[in-house]
Amino acid sequence: MEPAAAPPATAPSVRGGRRVHLFANPGRFLRFSGRLLPWLASGGIVLSAVGLFWGAFIAPPDWQQGEAARIMYVHVPSAWVALSGYCALAAASAASLVWRHPLADLAAAEIGPVGAAAAGLCLVSGSLWGKPMWGAWWVWDARLTSMLVLFFLYLGHIALVRAFDEPTRGHRAGAILALIGAVDLPIIHFSVVWWNTLHQGNSLGLFSAPTIYISMLWPLLITALGYSLGFVAIVIARLRAAILERRLASLLSVRAADGGKTMQGGAVPIAGMGAG
Amino acid sequence: MNVLPFIVLAYAAGVLVPAAFALAAWARLRRAERRLAAIDPRAQRGQGRRK
Repeated sequence: MEPAAAPPATAPSVRGGRRVHLFANPGRFLRFSGRLLPWLASGGIVLSAVGLFWGAFIAPPDWQQGEAARIMYVHVPSAWVALSGYCALAAASAASLVWRHPLADLAAAEIGPVGAAAAGLCLVSGSLWGKPMWGAWWVWDARLTSMLVLFFLYLGHIALVRAFDEPTRGHRAGAILALIGAVDLPIIHFSVVWWNTLHQGNSLGLFSAPTIYISMLWPLLITALGYSLGFVAIVIARLRAAILERRLASLLSVRAADGGKTMQGGAVPIAGMGAG
Repeated sequence: MNVLPFIVLAYAAGVLVPAAFALAAWARLRRAERRLAAIDPRAQRGQGRRK
């Protein structure tokens, strides 16, 4: 009697895990993202352009802050992208730690710089808004400080991922940092509620009516959607490039090992990812 | 206080920063595809791109 076949070492124990593995296949990801990328990129460009133009030239000035409130159409979408980007970074890090899938590691590594740019853009545009309104480029306000911490978390993740000679160790360390840093997200969101801050309160909430006039709300939402699509498109393009670079490195190493004989026929795995 | 320079600077950053990242990502992807296609012709039809 033959012994029962042992389950594969990487088989997930839950159905949700199988779904994650299905979409984490590099070959499938390349095919799917190749079709999706043009739509995401063009949608992001068009919506961002429409939203920014609307916010700059068509939307009315704020009754209290006047024309300076137009900076909101850059500041708020970049803040949303920075926060949701960190959520994606934390999710990829969790997937990396739980399932140890290299594609999750690559996704986290490629999200980091783009998220850092969004957080930096949020801080710079906020500073440009704060100077004419508050009379200061920067104040150590709870919202501003927690956002600055998010920016440093992104930078720390970028540095940590690249700090080790062995990439796997860098990805593990970065994933742990990203998960610990996720505690900053609710602090940022609720900072204007928990503390008496100079930064204004939230104008939009999931469970409350917006306190912003509708003619200012539409360009804000359109720009936010455009920035979000653009963020996803940039991350996917970077992730595709990273996968192809790994495949290239694998091919070159196989070619070096075989003296250039094994290139045209057999399947060559992406380094650390299987054949895809 | 004239707020126009602050608005212009914020919008310039809001356009240039994402555009720079998008161009850099696009260039990196094209470079990787070109290099891969140069050493492995199968890569041209295996990357999910519709030619």
